[in-house]
Amino acid sequence: MMRGTSSVGSDAAAVAKSEAAEVAVKGNGWTGLIPIAIGILIALVLHFSLPAPQRSYNTQILQIIGIVIVLAVSLNIVNGMTGQFSIGHAGFMAVGGYTAASITYYGSMLLWGSTVKHGGFLGSGDWLFLGSCLAGGLVAAIAGYVVGLPSLRLRGDYLAIVTLGFGEIIRVVLQQTGPLIEDIEALQSVGLKQLVPPPLGGSLGFSGIPKYTNLFWVYSILAITLVVAYRLKSSSAGRSMISVREDEIAAQAMGVNIARQKVTAFVVAAFFAGVAGGLFAHSTGTVSPKDAGFQQSFDYVIMTVLGGRGSISGVTLAAVFLTVLPELLRDFEQYRLIVYALLLIIMMLVRPQGLLGIHEVWEMFNRRRRKAETSGSDVSPAEVGS
Amino acid sequence: MSDFAQTLITAIAIGSLYALIALGYTMVYGILKFINFAHSDIVVLGAWGSYSLSVRVLPALGYGLKEVPPVWVALMILLLAMIFCGAIGFTIERLAYRPLRRAPRLNVLITAIGVSLLLQNVGQLSFVFGASPQDMPPLLSDRALATFSFGEGESARQLVIGMVDVVIFTTATSLMLIMQYLVFRTKLGVAMRAVSFNTDTAALMGIPVDRVVSFTFVLGSMLAAAAGFLIVMKYPSISQPAHTIWVLLGLKAFVAAVIGGIGNVRGAVLGGFVIAFVEQFGAFYVSSNYRDVYVFTLLILILLVKPSGLLGSTLREKV
Repeated sequence: MMRGTSSVGSDAAAVAKSEAAEVAVKGNGWTGLIPIAIGILIALVLHFSLPAPQRSYNTQILQIIGIVIVLAVSLNIVNGMTGQFSIGHAGFMAVGGYTAASITYYGSMLLWGSTVKHGGFLGSGDWLFLGSCLAGGLVAAIAGYVVGLPSLRLRGDYLAIVTLGFGEIIRVVLQQTGPLIEDIEALQSVGLKQLVPPPLGGSLGFSGIPKYTNLFWVYSILAITLVVAYRLKSSSAGRSMISVREDEIAAQAMGVNIARQKVTAFVVAAFFAGVAGGLFAHSTGTVSPKDAGFQQSFDYVIMTVLGGRGSISGVTLAAVFLTVLPELLRDFEQYRLIVYALLLIIMMLVRPQGLLGIHEVWEMFNRRRRKAETSGSDVSPAEVGS
Repeated sequence: MSDFAQTLITAIAIGSLYALIALGYTMVYGILKFINFAHSDIVVLGAWGSYSLSVRVLPALGYGLKEVPPVWVALMILLLAMIFCGAIGFTIERLAYRPLRRAPRLNVLITAIGVSLLLQNVGQLSFVFGASPQDMPPLLSDRALATFSFGEGESARQLVIGMVDVVIFTTATSLMLIMQYLVFRTKLGVAMRAVSFNTDTAALMGIPVDRVVSFTFVLGSMLAAAAGFLIVMKYPSISQPAHTIWVLLGLKAFVAAVIGGIGNVRGAVLGGFVIAFVEQFGAFYVSSNYRDVYVFTLLILILLVKPSGLLGSTLREKV
């Protein structure tokens, strides 16, 4: 707790700054939607100016980058802002992915008689896909609520193990599901009864999902995720979450309902992870139980750590970097994870608060100026908490 | 009845393995208060180290890879593997964890994940252990020590007490007894317990904290190596170093430590057996497909009812 006192100054500064930020974004009602509109516009431009993912490898990568950012930024709400340690994020993603995939797969079978893509841009198939992604997000959010509940009684590492266990349970359960029904007549003759419990392909994975995901959907959802995460960070709910991260007991004493903040963080993060899972399933056309495993979850944890816990722009940069890096290292496939691991260890030894700490990219410049003015102590609040 | 007894025997053997691994987790947690995620990779090192040693040592001593060598060879390989892993454990602590002694726990946890990933993927390299499974040459003969027959005619069953199960149980038990002696009867054990109680006060009392921590890591890693060796005795086909099966093994052992009350040496042993019983009996009587699910469900249930584990004591946090 020794560093607690020295952090108070920068803490107060951060609060003052985010208050200013809140005043800046606080307009009347609709102005808050402008960033989302801009994001959707950019997504539209991307979608129509670049070749389709089926034809271009780079577009595929761009698509995956968008999905990974959604996952990393959403995990950052739990790990970075609220200071909990979830390593089961891939579990939520798989829950969302499987839910969305089964809705579009069996849905389009029942509606249109086949699982091929139906309708053009913003056609009926696209809306079914969007609905399925939202449903995936909702189911994942329910799972997030269930996983968030133990966090009321557990802290730190215990919670990590529970989230990890959750991911593993999801993986094992998915492996035990029945084989996919590929024949529309077989589905119709026996009736909908055989969809309970849903046949999800077992350990072979769910394949043949219509590939509805495109740059428009990915980057529109990414824009929404980023705006929600940023607005959350500078809202009173977000600041309550940050206070839970800084010191649970102090936060409780100040009247923050820490239980509620933790569960909210889990639910919000799981929702976006579920939506991202839906995007992922319809991007590659397959999801498999191993997508729920902890090795996948670690990837997102690494991104939040590298980016800086709580920094949305930092995590975004880390997600882009860590998705592009393996593509560049493709010839050194077996060294890829060694590089990752070393990166993680060295990062923790040299710059434990992550690339950007708790700050956003644009705040870094202000901070440097302020530092020159005051040359005061610059211990980030994230470092307190041992 | 014989099915029950057979499952019981397997559960006891597996349970002693979990207990051995759980001891390493619980000791490190007791002293440094973080989950050493790299511990399961030390088990992998123990397993693969025993394999690499065997395929080199056996031909050098003039034994074939298919025949069973005398007992002292197996013992020697076990000892060498333990020394090797002890050294690796010491190095990891020195290089990766010691610089973070004053850092927040989350940072150490993330470093541990990094070390774990590093060990896994270095192990996968073609010039280390390689990325394909291997078969362990037999070091012990798996003959039945005792056979009991039950029932007659169609329902006749046999209960077999295998050599390997007995060796696993006796080795693990004797190692745990040595541990017990070390922790509760020696000066070093007193130092370890003092450090885990309060590091700063222990340092003020003249206990060399760094040395005690190093020793804890060496001890835990040696137990993990023994567990790795015993595992390949029981299941001779060794999965590749980064296989999920190893991480799951480590996780279950950690779950065992948590269920027993983390930081508590006796709790880890109890937890190891509880986990093994739930897993084996669940697999036998309900469905073997969900064996991992039972363990994690049990963990969540126990944590919800008694967050400090079965033998753990609750510490109120003071402001």
